[in-house]
Amino acid sequence: MEKIPILKMGQFLLVTIQIDLYDRLALNLEADLVQMVSKTGARGVLIDISAVSIVDSFMGRIIGNIASMSKIMDAETVVVGMQPAVAITLIELGLPLTGVHTALDVEKGMALLRKKILVDGEEDDVDDDGADYGSE
Amino acid sequence: MEKRTMSMTTGPITVLNKDKMPVVKEQDVVPFRNRVKEYATKIGMGLVNQTKLITAASELVRNMLRYGNGGETLIEVVSKGRENGIRLTFTDKGPGIPNIDQAMKDGFSTGKSLGLGLPGTKRLVSEFDIKSIVGQGTTVVVTKWKNG
Ligand SMILES: Nc1ncnc2c1ncn2[C@@H]1O[C@H](COP(=O)(O)OP(=O)(O)O)[C@@H](O)[C@H]1O
Ligand SMILES: [Mg+2]
Repeated sequence: MEKIPILKMGQFLLVTIQIDLYDRLALNLEADLVQMVSKTGARGVLIDISAVSIVDSFMGRIIGNIASMSKIMDAETVVVGMQPAVAITLIELGLPLTGVHTALDVEKGMALLRKKILVDGEEDDVDDDGADYGSE
Repeated sequence: MEKRTMSMTTGPITVLNKDKMPVVKEQDVVPFRNRVKEYATKIGMGLVNQTKLITAASELVRNMLRYGNGGETLIEVVSKGRENGIRLTFTDKGPGIPNIDQAMKDGFSTGKSLGLGLPGTKRLVSEFDIKSIVGQGTTVVVTKWKNG
């Protein structure tokens, strides 16, 4: 069975989706990512969809799920590189990607994540020593 | 002086090409989507319309698999007046839809999902038609005009 690799980069997880997702693959990715976030205590998830030519309501929901579950574990999700045609289509489909931040490319996505984490840390410095979800 | 200018998409529909593809398992979905893309590219449909069409196709084929136990798809290249387009037909022999008006509403789902497949698809295509008989099955026909 194919698997989408998840890369750990410092306190972020990076997923680059290179192939068109079918449902099982997308569901596995969701489960793997959520597990990885909890295992590594990652603070951010970057999903690069620049090679994805369509996102339908099923995949949109998966992306939303990843974002909301990561949020519960104190990680932000940024979707990067969404093709303009995909963005236009999602709006017409009626899919609000609520809770999902978007950025133009991985670099800008990283910057956005760093900013988010910083802002969060300033708002409540009580639980901001990064030792939340036991590493490894 | 009636009807001096004919709209691009009035008049009879001519079928230029037909392609049948059964979709009975999840692995059939990506090849089906690719086939739709091939035809859309062949008639010169732009990227945004292509993306809309393929997204609609993805929604309908998923419904067919999930609620209708799979079925058959028909991909046609059609023309009407001076406009070309792609017409897709999805036919299943599943349980059918008891209340189509309800099923067409944003957010209605018996599958605990988003309930956007049917209403969203209708927004994404140029023409949308759904027929369903409880106990017999469901047929959805959509057309996307190249410039529609
Ligand atoms: N081919 C089908 N056969 C039977 N029921 C269907 C079919 N397609 C759609 N439906 C019904 O219509 C509802 C709405 O479909 P849709 O708008 O795609 O949303 P979702 O798939 O998220 O439920 C489904 O929940 C299902 O009850
Ligand atoms: Mg659906």
